[in-house]
Amino acid sequence: MGDQVSRLRTVSESSGFSRKRLVFGLKVAVFIVSLWPVTEIVIAFLTGNTRLFGANPAEKILHRTGDWAIYFLLITLAISPLRRITGLNDLIKFRRMAGLFAFFYAFLHLMSYIAFDRFFYFDEVLRDIFKRPFIFVGIAAFILLVPLAVTSTRGWVQRLGGHRWILLHRSVYIIAILGVAHYWWLVKRDLLWPAIYAGILIVLLGYRLLPKKRFRG
Amino acid sequence: MPRLISKPIPSSEITPREVYLNRRALLAAAAGGSALAMMGKAAFASGLRRPLEALPNTAPKISDTPTDHDLATSYNNFYEFGTSKSDPARNAGTLTTKPWTIEIVGEVTKPRTIDVDQLIDMGLEERIYRFRCVEAWSMVIPWIGLEFNKIAALVEPTSRAKYVKFVTVNRPSEMPGLRSDMLDWPYTEGLRIDEAMHPLTLLTVGMYGQTLANQNGAPVRMIVPWKYGFKSGKSIVRIEFVEKQPVTAWVAANSREYGFYSNVNPEVDHPRWTQKRERLLPDFFASRDTEKFNGYGEQVASLYSGMDLKVNY
Repeated sequence: MGDQVSRLRTVSESSGFSRKRLVFGLKVAVFIVSLWPVTEIVIAFLTGNTRLFGANPAEKILHRTGDWAIYFLLITLAISPLRRITGLNDLIKFRRMAGLFAFFYAFLHLMSYIAFDRFFYFDEVLRDIFKRPFIFVGIAAFILLVPLAVTSTRGWVQRLGGHRWILLHRSVYIIAILGVAHYWWLVKRDLLWPAIYAGILIVLLGYRLLPKKRFRG
Repeated sequence: MPRLISKPIPSSEITPREVYLNRRALLAAAAGGSALAMMGKAAFASGLRRPLEALPNTAPKISDTPTDHDLATSYNNFYEFGTSKSDPARNAGTLTTKPWTIEIVGEVTKPRTIDVDQLIDMGLEERIYRFRCVEAWSMVIPWIGLEFNKIAALVEPTSRAKYVKFVTVNRPSEMPGLRSDMLDWPYTEGLRIDEAMHPLTLLTVGMYGQTLANQNGAPVRMIVPWKYGFKSGKSIVRIEFVEKQPVTAWVAANSREYGFYSNVNPEVDHPRWTQKRERLLPDFFASRDTEKFNGYGEQVASLYSGMDLKVNY
């Protein structure tokens, strides 16, 4: 991080306004904004203002972290199509961050469930996994996210080799499907939002099945 | 006859009534100019709630203090006003709750229609009950009402009355949730006749010293404290004594997940939620052990002797 900053500084000192610097600034801004959903929770905790989350703060935290995990998964999957449609190649520089935030919120979501809902009774968590399909697919999605988060660095791209790295990271398609299925199955009756996410996901995955030539212009 | 220990609630435990009187005064003042002149129907309907006279708590004594009034009126399941927990508090103001009558019909010798005000005049009791939702959260609510068996006595059920069916109002113009086919409307619930006649079963017209808030089922609802919350129908317009077990809304929607009896029972898992523990709102942790029959086993367990509650869930 430090040497990236100094490198940027030398670039901008020599050339004035630089695209690289703009991208870096935007990345910092996106990073801070992406932390807001969890920051709000922490502030509520520290100030003792649990009322911010209504009568059932634990449920609110569980739902909010789960929602944001799905949002970031969909954002991650939207970056390539958006890049191709708009021609803004720099969008790709935000993909890793979006993916890591999906992992971050999925982790907080899982921890909230274990702590608030199951009160750290791990035998019950295990029973849940095998008894309730929505828990099973949710945890499967999280486990599949772990290797992607670990291998998200440049070093790992080189170690695995581009081709194998891409193959591994295509598992995000399955993860997103599991994530939406998790939401679909847990809802008691009102399927509106799971259906909206499923629709978006179908568009994003369907786009990848289209012949690429048509979009190269 | 179950043990019903009388115990007045310490005034420190409930939100001071002056708060509501003040709120009403403010509303009245605000309405005074134009709104009242225009016949403030919405303000009227949204329940300018009024205080109710009632015998102090006649429910079996419990150690928990009542849930904060504002939580109990802001976190509700009432799908006729939307499926999110905050929807009812936001949308239920449109429900016109006065005048309101209940039709009591079916296997009875004296069918009749009764006005809610007549119910109130019959004399009310406060009942501080645990309230346990099938979604594994719970509250403690000081309800006000009268034993359902007193209503039954008015209409004299015949020997063919084996079950009682409770039907919620079906008014699409005032209940936006009815536009969806989430459940088979109108919302219908039911009890076996001995469950309905049990002294703990309360025909409820108030909470926290006042009439019910619309989002909590104004102006009249059932409260069956040993069953999951959805068994206690809200905003009731029709009570029918019937011979056959009625098909209730949630059984029709998903009979594998929701049974007719739906007694609170930590031994019978719901496919979505473990029922072993619950979150007493607004707690963070679902750390409280759920009690069989929601802690009212001493009073109601005998209703189910010889029944396999894992089959009759």
